[in-house]
Amino acid sequence: MARTPLRLLLLAIIAAAVLLLSITVGAAHLPLASVFDALTGGGDETTRTIVLDLRLPRAIVALLVGGALGLAGAVFQALLRNPLAEPWVLGVSGGAAVGAVAAVVLGWGLHAAWSIPLAALLGALLAIGLVLRIATHAARGLDTRVLILAGLVVAAFFNAIIQLLLTFASGETFRSAVFWMMGSLAAASWTSVFVLSAYLLPGIIVLLLMARPLNLLAVGEETALYLGTRVERVKLAAYLVASLLVAATVAISGIIGFVGLIVPHAIRLMWGSDHRLLLPASVLLGGGFLLAADTAARTVAAPAELPLGVITALVGVPLFVVLLTRRAV
Amino acid sequence: MNAGPVFEVRDLRFRYEGAERSALDGLSLQVDAGNLYAVIGPNGSGKSTLLKLLLGTLHPSGGRVHYSGRPVDEWSRRALAQRIGVVPQGEETVFPITVREMVGMGRYPHLGLLGRPGPEDREAIEEALQRCDVIEFAERSISKLSGGERQRVLIARALAQRPTTLVLDEPTVSLDIRHEMEIFELLAELSDRDGVTVVLVTHHLNLAARYAERLLLLDRGVPAAEGPPGEVLSKETIERVYQWSVVVSGHPGPGRDEGAPQITPLAR
Repeated sequence: MARTPLRLLLLAIIAAAVLLLSITVGAAHLPLASVFDALTGGGDETTRTIVLDLRLPRAIVALLVGGALGLAGAVFQALLRNPLAEPWVLGVSGGAAVGAVAAVVLGWGLHAAWSIPLAALLGALLAIGLVLRIATHAARGLDTRVLILAGLVVAAFFNAIIQLLLTFASGETFRSAVFWMMGSLAAASWTSVFVLSAYLLPGIIVLLLMARPLNLLAVGEETALYLGTRVERVKLAAYLVASLLVAATVAISGIIGFVGLIVPHAIRLMWGSDHRLLLPASVLLGGGFLLAADTAARTVAAPAELPLGVITALVGVPLFVVLLTRRAV
Repeated sequence: MNAGPVFEVRDLRFRYEGAERSALDGLSLQVDAGNLYAVIGPNGSGKSTLLKLLLGTLHPSGGRVHYSGRPVDEWSRRALAQRIGVVPQGEETVFPITVREMVGMGRYPHLGLLGRPGPEDREAIEEALQRCDVIEFAERSISKLSGGERQRVLIARALAQRPTTLVLDEPTVSLDIRHEMEIFELLAELSDRDGVTVVLVTHHLNLAARYAERLLLLDRGVPAAEGPPGEVLSKETIERVYQWSVVVSGHPGPGRDEGAPQITPLAR
């Protein structure tokens, strides 16, 4: 049991290392020493601006978004007893995106930073409700493949709605909206850090506390009931909170797929699927992974910036195909 | 412990939503503490439905189910889980999980959300692993086990709960004779030595006749017979319920169950 804290510490160290690396690299290369100077309030003004106003908030947003997506993926997988479940595949991200876009189009401008995540949550809940309804209707019980199909269909539908909405957008709005849809942290600021933290941290804590009931639900709902879980209540709470996490990340950083697939799967391969380890480990590894991906996104083709969702999809899709064709996971 | 019956069922009726006839229609029974009670009957006679009603997973359309003197619906799931170990049928694991982790879940009802496992929990897990003879592959993944081994792991998880009542749905399906006998011996030992009340559903009439103190024979949702094996398993009753000719003989022995009724279905 003492292995759990050690493993989490290892992942935390890796995330911290990626954090330092991501602050040093970019259009201006900053040596570690000057990064430390800037962090402690010293150094020259340009370096301080780059570190404190640009790279640090963006890196923290990447850690939060990645952690939330990794965790949400692990939770959806446990709830649906399905290793392929993931916010993007389930259509949850697409639903959240429709909610967010609708909020912008309908002009919920007031307190936009705070209200758009809520609109995204409504969209996310609508999506997961639709997917579960379609899947249970088509298959009597939740068949893995039917569920994935339902998710992809709903995702495609929501995608079409967004594109329809965007047809009416002006050139500049269109460009930034398309970039947002492909996933981007380019707009990250300290405000996004605060908004994300307010939505994500309570949600992450609630889900981490549900590790034992999720262990049971991952085995089976009947078993969970016989081992003392109030199944319906736990499921509802977990769906709500996991959808909220996805919605908040989509509102801030757009649709980033496959983090919730790759991350929990990697942890399970290494360390098994006890959720007391899997959930916090998915947060740490998800954060570190997305930060690494974002660092690559803004440096590989600099000064151009690659869409973040494209990078995670390039890594994630092949893995998804392997998982889908090889039944046993 | 209270001296009354563990399960007390009166005039129980249940109909699945949209079904034409009741799955159970007017069933009464009583299971006393420390008994080994077997429910038998043809496919679709309502055996698994009865277990779900006993466990409060389904709610009666009529009549009542009491556990330890209180309506089963009034118990919290956690309080029930601290007393009743269940071995369900057809549980499939999707994710990699070791035998020890699976058996450890039997302690969850005693730990709550955040409680840390103590020495008593570890002892209960070790004992369950040993009694079900699964300790040598405790660190292996469930998905790598044979059907029989997996079944023993599920029983071990139920034992790790340290239950006073054990409910099993066809626990020996697809097991070879040695593993099947080992499980029945274990259930008999739990009931005789540890005073655990055991309720099981099974298709093995002959093993039920040898190990159970009382049998309930269900026929399309109504009890065809209830009582000690010698009374329930008569040639007339079996032939009427199963619609097949049989001979009933006495178990030739040796053994403590010598003379128990044994059913042999005849060729046409």
